Amino acid sequence: MAASSRRNPPPLPGAENQDPLSEMADEDSDEGEDIFVGNSNPVAEAFQPDTANGEEPADLFSEAETSTAANSYITNSKSNGVHSDNENDLFAEVSVELSMENPSTTAKSSGAEFTPSLTLSATQPESMEQLEEEKDEDSFDMEVAVTNPEKIGDGMNAYMAYKVSTRTTLPMFRNRTFSVWRRFSDFLGLYEKLSVKHSLNGCIIPPPPEKSVVGMTKVKVGKDDSSSADFVERRRAALERYLQRVVCHPSLLQDPDVREFLERDELPRAVGTHTLSGAGFLKMINRASDAVSKMTIKISDSDAWFDNKLQEVESEELQLRKLHAVVDSLVNHRKELCGNTAVFAKSMAMLGNSEDNTALSRALSQLAEVEDKMETLHQEQAASDFFILAELLADYIRLLGAVRGCFEQRMKTWQRWQEAQSTLQKKREVEAKLLWANKPDKLQQAKEEITEWEGKVTQYERDFDRISVTVRKEFLRFEKEKSNDFKSQIVKYLESLLQSQQRVICTLF
Amino acid sequence: VSSVNVDLQTDATLQVDISDALSERDKVKFTVHTKSTLPNFKQNEFSVVRQHEEFIWLHDSFVENEEYAGYIIPPAPPRPDFDASREKLQKLGEGEGSMTKEEFTKMKQELEAEYLAIFKKTVAMHEVFLCRVAAHPVLRKDLNFHVFLEYNQDLSVRGKNKREKMEDFFKNVVKSADGVLVAGVKDVDDFFEHEKTFLLEYHNRVKDASAKSDRMIRSHKSAADDINRIASTLYTLGTQDSTDVCKFFLKVSELFEKTRKIEARVAADEDLKLADLLKYYLRESQAAKDLLYRRGRALVDYENANKALDRARAKNKDVLQAETSQQVCCQKFEKISESAKQELIDFKTRRVAAFRKNLVELAELELKHAKGNLQLLQSCLGVLKGDT
Repeated sequence: MAASSRRNPPPLPGAENQDPLSEMADEDSDEGEDIFVGNSNPVAEAFQPDTANGEEPADLFSEAETSTAANSYITNSKSNGVHSDNENDLFAEVSVELSMENPSTTAKSSGAEFTPSLTLSATQPESMEQLEEEKDEDSFDMEVAVTNPEKIGDGMNAYMAYKVSTRTTLPMFRNRTFSVWRRFSDFLGLYEKLSVKHSLNGCIIPPPPEKSVVGMTKVKVGKDDSSSADFVERRRAALERYLQRVVCHPSLLQDPDVREFLERDELPRAVGTHTLSGAGFLKMINRASDAVSKMTIKISDSDAWFDNKLQEVESEELQLRKLHAVVDSLVNHRKELCGNTAVFAKSMAMLGNSEDNTALSRALSQLAEVEDKMETLHQEQAASDFFILAELLADYIRLLGAVRGCFEQRMKTWQRWQEAQSTLQKKREVEAKLLWANKPDKLQQAKEEITEWEGKVTQYERDFDRISVTVRKEFLRFEKEKSNDFKSQIVKYLESLLQSQQRVICTLF
Repeated sequence: VSSVNVDLQTDATLQVDISDALSERDKVKFTVHTKSTLPNFKQNEFSVVRQHEEFIWLHDSFVENEEYAGYIIPPAPPRPDFDASREKLQKLGEGEGSMTKEEFTKMKQELEAEYLAIFKKTVAMHEVFLCRVAAHPVLRKDLNFHVFLEYNQDLSVRGKNKREKMEDFFKNVVKSADGVLVAGVKDVDDFFEHEKTFLLEYHNRVKDASAKSDRMIRSHKSAADDINRIASTLYTLGTQDSTDVCKFFLKVSELFEKTRKIEARVAADEDLKLADLLKYYLRESQAAKDLLYRRGRALVDYENANKALDRARAKNKDVLQAETSQQVCCQKFEKISESAKQELIDFKTRRVAAFRKNLVELAELELKHAKGNLQLLQSCLGVLKGDT
């Protein structure tokens, strides 16, 4: 199968002198896609040998190629001798560091590329708690945060600048901790660049938060109320999550643009990110034509896996949209409840004032106070509903869109292959005709064309196989990440509900 | 029994309750059940069937009876209103095709429960009216009341026709204009002067509080409904696959189902203990205001009669007539004042007791629900975290 055949055993650390960066720039580079550096969890889980512990669902590891590939890595890594026995995840952690800081590896070399990942993948299966510990550990390897939104400038030219801080032990960065200032269009620009480079490979590129003309205008104009503050906070959190997803992605992290984004002090202004720019229009047109072509492609896929997964993705997206709408409604009703409770509290206070029986008057005033406190609680609950739950859903709705895009890419590649095949067929017919008509000079040209197209067919077929593998791999990684994300966020939400109930009880007492 | 049925002396001489009720398409039939040792009834225990209009007839007969001018007439029960609920049920029926079977059954159950709750409330309000009448030392002896309780046949009381409703409307306009006039007269008696100011302010504030509490409770119910829908959608997500995350969704969906029920109960309790309480005292404070108005009217009449008498004496014309008229007014006024004082004091006692009882119960219930919610959340989180 194409997958394993093109996976050569990784070169020994230090011996590697090819610059993977340049390779990554070239879309046909194989290595670019296999790189997992330091971001343990999603990677490790996707590539763990299928001695899965009871918690891991079996279907994640049903892909034979994937595990054999992983296994081949493991055997090679063991021969590297960089790490000790990986029975214990403690050691795994240690060996991660060792290989990271292995002096013989050049900063961006394959040592960094391959060994740490192999170490992690060679780790014996851990229980979910240990995996979660590792996840905490990987923030030890690479952590990004988006903080301190600041308004720069005034009037319609004003913009919000955000501080992007990175803390990392990865050797490919110049420092351990550093921060830069970025604005929203920079984030969009990053997405554009990554999109251009990687989406054709079938990578799932995390989409950035949406533009909002209304929201930003309010901020620009200087409306200093809670809705602007909310908007800025929401955007900050969304940008942070976006960046965290990007650095979590093994291939994307290697991209020099990402590095530049995190490190470089001044970034050139990203063009083409304005809603009404020329590039924006072009994108819209492209999307429209894509939609049309999408409708006509139907891959007769011998591998039903892709069809099934696409269907799953589509139905899940539908459900998530529904859920998001309901959560939105809940947020609104809670806000309404909050307002109504405040108003009611005041009313009760008034009633208490006019009540001439002192005991009752006091009781009513107390009730008014209680209701007031309830109002605060309701408000916080609404905020938590929103920030934890609604945003999570919105993120995943966008991500699922990106996943679908991925699948579409694969379909396009297939189509290109098929078209090449039919062109080749036509060329062959032309050749046959010429042979029959006996025109030797044209024949030579026909033969050349046939060779050319034969080459293309082979290449496109290889492309298709490659993208299929990448898409599959990406999808599995995505599923895992999504699963963890949902679980942790929902737990966080329930915990906030819990806290809020406890506070209600305290108030009532 | 409703939230406001407090401290109503139920003694063996006369006990009234609504033992049953039937909801037909556009009317509700109440079975009024009486137990009495009073000699004027033919039996000791008996029941009749009454409809809302007959209650209104009884109430109006009290209001129109001059003898009762000095009493706070127990406010009439509000008309049973199932329109909103019926409309919702109808909409649900129409939208049946667009939702899954589970969703439909669930929503139907919800609406049916809501219908039942409204039904229970209207029964309670009618019952409270009767109990108040039965507990009142004077009103309980009213002949119309006895007829209402005992007469086996339909009272042939029809609802007011258009003309009568117009008459009522004009009467009300005149009355409120007059009320303003009367209220302007300063009272000699401190007690009543104080009560007048107090009741006016109190009534307005109760009205405000009642409206705001209604809005608050409605928001609460909407939020609970949303949680319901979240639970359903999570359930659908959870049943799509059998992965880890799907099992997770199913558990959370279950949790939300349960918390939603609790949230709905919280809203319902608030409705019953707070909103209904405020609404009832809105009506009663209006009845108390009406009493004060009648007294004020009598006072003005008395003062006018005094003036007329003075004028008559001055002119020495129709003095006897003026004297009688003045006597009548004086008696009427004093009679009203005497009973009004007691009535207003009773009103306060009742009010304080009702508020105390209901607020305490409400607080206890909310505490109970919050603890229940807490427990659900804790156990669910325990399970979810244990799994992960």
